[in-house]
Amino acid sequence: MSTTSSNGAPQSRGYVTERVAASLRRRKRQELRFKALGIGATLLGLAFVAILFVNIFSKGLPAFWQASVALDIYFDPEVIDIPPAPVKSADESNNDFRERRIQWENEVALVNFNRLIQAGLAKVIPEAAEHPRDAARVVTSGERIALRNLVIDDPSIIGETRRVRLYTDANIDVWLKGNIDRTLPDAQQMLSSRLREWADRLYENGTIEMRFSTALFQNPDSRSSLASAGLRGAFMGSLYMMLIVLLVAVPLGVAAALYLEEFAPRNRLTDLVEVNINNLAAVPSIVFGLLGAAVFINYFKMPLSAPIVGGLVLSLMTLPTVIIATRATLKAIPPSIRQAALGIGASKTQSVFHHVLPLAVPGMLTGSIIGVAQALGETAPLLLIGMNAFVASVPSSPLDQSNALPVQIYLWQANELRNFFEGRTSAAIIVLLVLMLSLNGLAIWLRKRFETRW
Amino acid sequence: MNNEQTFSRTLGSAIDDLDTGNGAAAGRTLVQDAERAAPRAQSTAVKMSARDVKVFYGETEALHGISMDIIENEVISFIGPSGCGKSTFLRCFNRMNDTIDKTRVEGHITLDGEDIYHPSLDVVLLRAQVGMVFQKPNPFPKSIFENIAYGPRLHGLASRKSELADIVESSLRRAGLWDEVKDRLDQPGTGLSGGQQQRLCIARAIAVSPEVILMDEPCSALDPIATSIIEELISELKENFTIVIVTHNMQQAARVSDRTAFFHLGDLIELSETAEIFTNPRNKRTEDYITGRYG
Repeated sequence: MSTTSSNGAPQSRGYVTERVAASLRRRKRQELRFKALGIGATLLGLAFVAILFVNIFSKGLPAFWQASVALDIYFDPEVIDIPPAPVKSADESNNDFRERRIQWENEVALVNFNRLIQAGLAKVIPEAAEHPRDAARVVTSGERIALRNLVIDDPSIIGETRRVRLYTDANIDVWLKGNIDRTLPDAQQMLSSRLREWADRLYENGTIEMRFSTALFQNPDSRSSLASAGLRGAFMGSLYMMLIVLLVAVPLGVAAALYLEEFAPRNRLTDLVEVNINNLAAVPSIVFGLLGAAVFINYFKMPLSAPIVGGLVLSLMTLPTVIIATRATLKAIPPSIRQAALGIGASKTQSVFHHVLPLAVPGMLTGSIIGVAQALGETAPLLLIGMNAFVASVPSSPLDQSNALPVQIYLWQANELRNFFEGRTSAAIIVLLVLMLSLNGLAIWLRKRFETRW
Repeated sequence: MNNEQTFSRTLGSAIDDLDTGNGAAAGRTLVQDAERAAPRAQSTAVKMSARDVKVFYGETEALHGISMDIIENEVISFIGPSGCGKSTFLRCFNRMNDTIDKTRVEGHITLDGEDIYHPSLDVVLLRAQVGMVFQKPNPFPKSIFENIAYGPRLHGLASRKSELADIVESSLRRAGLWDEVKDRLDQPGTGLSGGQQQRLCIARAIAVSPEVILMDEPCSALDPIATSIIEELISELKENFTIVIVTHNMQQAARVSDRTAFFHLGDLIELSETAEIFTNPRNKRTEDYITGRYG
């Protein structure tokens, strides 16, 4: 080391110290550089996340509040000209009664509820009666169903006056929220100047208020009555798909991982399987959609746009994730536990099911939930199996046609009434994000709850 | 240099301890009971026997044809430098090598005259007869009670709950752990100290009443006090069990075992009475190893 071998030890030590000190400065500079780079990268990432969240929340949160108008509706018996609600007679079968009941409900649906609304409106805007075309546009068209439901639920309401809160037309919501340029000339406005003036007046005197929008959560999608378009159909569709993924992908994935990790011999075949599972995890999700369209829909003739098909496609997509996560968990279980069980005389299966599996449960749950959360946000494969169709009903089983949350977002962001649906889209994104975050939170909680130390 | 001298001095004192007892070994099966309390009936019955045992890891031959007899109710220790194959050989006796991929065992090993590698033999039955204690204490991450009860329950040794509780208590008593844990049987076994954990593992092994207990460096992860407790325990257990112990600690081999086998590079170099191998080794390599020249 020392260049001056003739010199004594102290001098050479000083030389070494000097060299070390010099290199130390260099090392410290290097460390600082890396630290700065790391901090920079983290901050940049955080900044992007912040921009995303600020953008989504600033647009989405106002959409949870929606303009609604409080009207005193007189349930005019002259307009609601219907027979009394059927009463079940003693000698009538349930089916017969239900049929009569449905007939009656259909009759109620034929009532011109718009006339009631317009009459109610005329009480707050006297000139509304003279402009029926404009008056018909104040309340969104779907709200007549709300009135119908009121009558069906309680026919004694006929002849009475009730204060009812009805959602205004989507364009009025847009106008009042200032999501449209108020200086635009008449020709470019969606609302007539009269309607705009009415809206402002009603908003000022408190007849129109921004209230928390239950329509967003209670209604399925709608195209005729935009203001009542909601997420319920998509939410239920996603829920069914998640159920199917949980029921299909998780047991299959766990079983496959257990076999591969604990029982399968190590040979070329299992190596090949392992490589292919890893490859499958990297396959673009849209390919799974094509596969689903070809196999489930074309070959097995399953229904289009149904959560059952979506769930199966997403299961296929999630399977590799579950397998990989489960295998990683199993690998992390110390082999000493297996040896202990085998040493006592447990069979291979017993050692796995009595000792390894219970220890692996938290990790497997975490992996599965993360896989399910990933599937929840997946859009591309669903487009190929018809789940981007417009469905205006809430599915009552996985075989019904339905939407899914991410697809609903995709559909809404392309809606023509941009000013209204930008907010709705962001609101849907927030719902999806909250759902995913709670799933991930559940995964973390489960891991903490069942974690065993050894 | 200095270390080596200290070492041979302590080793020497260990052997002196041995010699102060009943005197030097006289026959092949005579059991040296130097520090042990009660001398017991000596047996010459062969419990297990190995003939020309070879073990292959893939293409590598790790053991080159080893033959030896293990005698009933003796403590036999395997010593030798790391990688000499003593643990591998130990694991042949309860077929734990089966669990390692690409491991092949050749030759014959018998338990009470029955070939334990015979295809008709159930390895589960074998492992109930030949128990094992591992290098690192490996209690199940379950309660102390469950740790012990697992084996008897697995093999259906207890028909009633009270019977199971009896087995748990007697196993813990024999492992000298009962007084320390009797008030917290429902607490996790992993919460015990290292030495207690290892005694728990011994209790777990004896709970299924094996005939032979294999111990793979049972004290290497323990402090000296815990080690001495385990060593005392081994001396007591030989009343009822045949014990094969692998150890890196030559004083330990000298203290606990009746016979000692020295392994080197996959060969059995020497097997004789413990007192003899430490005082008068026949083979040069054995001598070099026990005097600390290598290993």
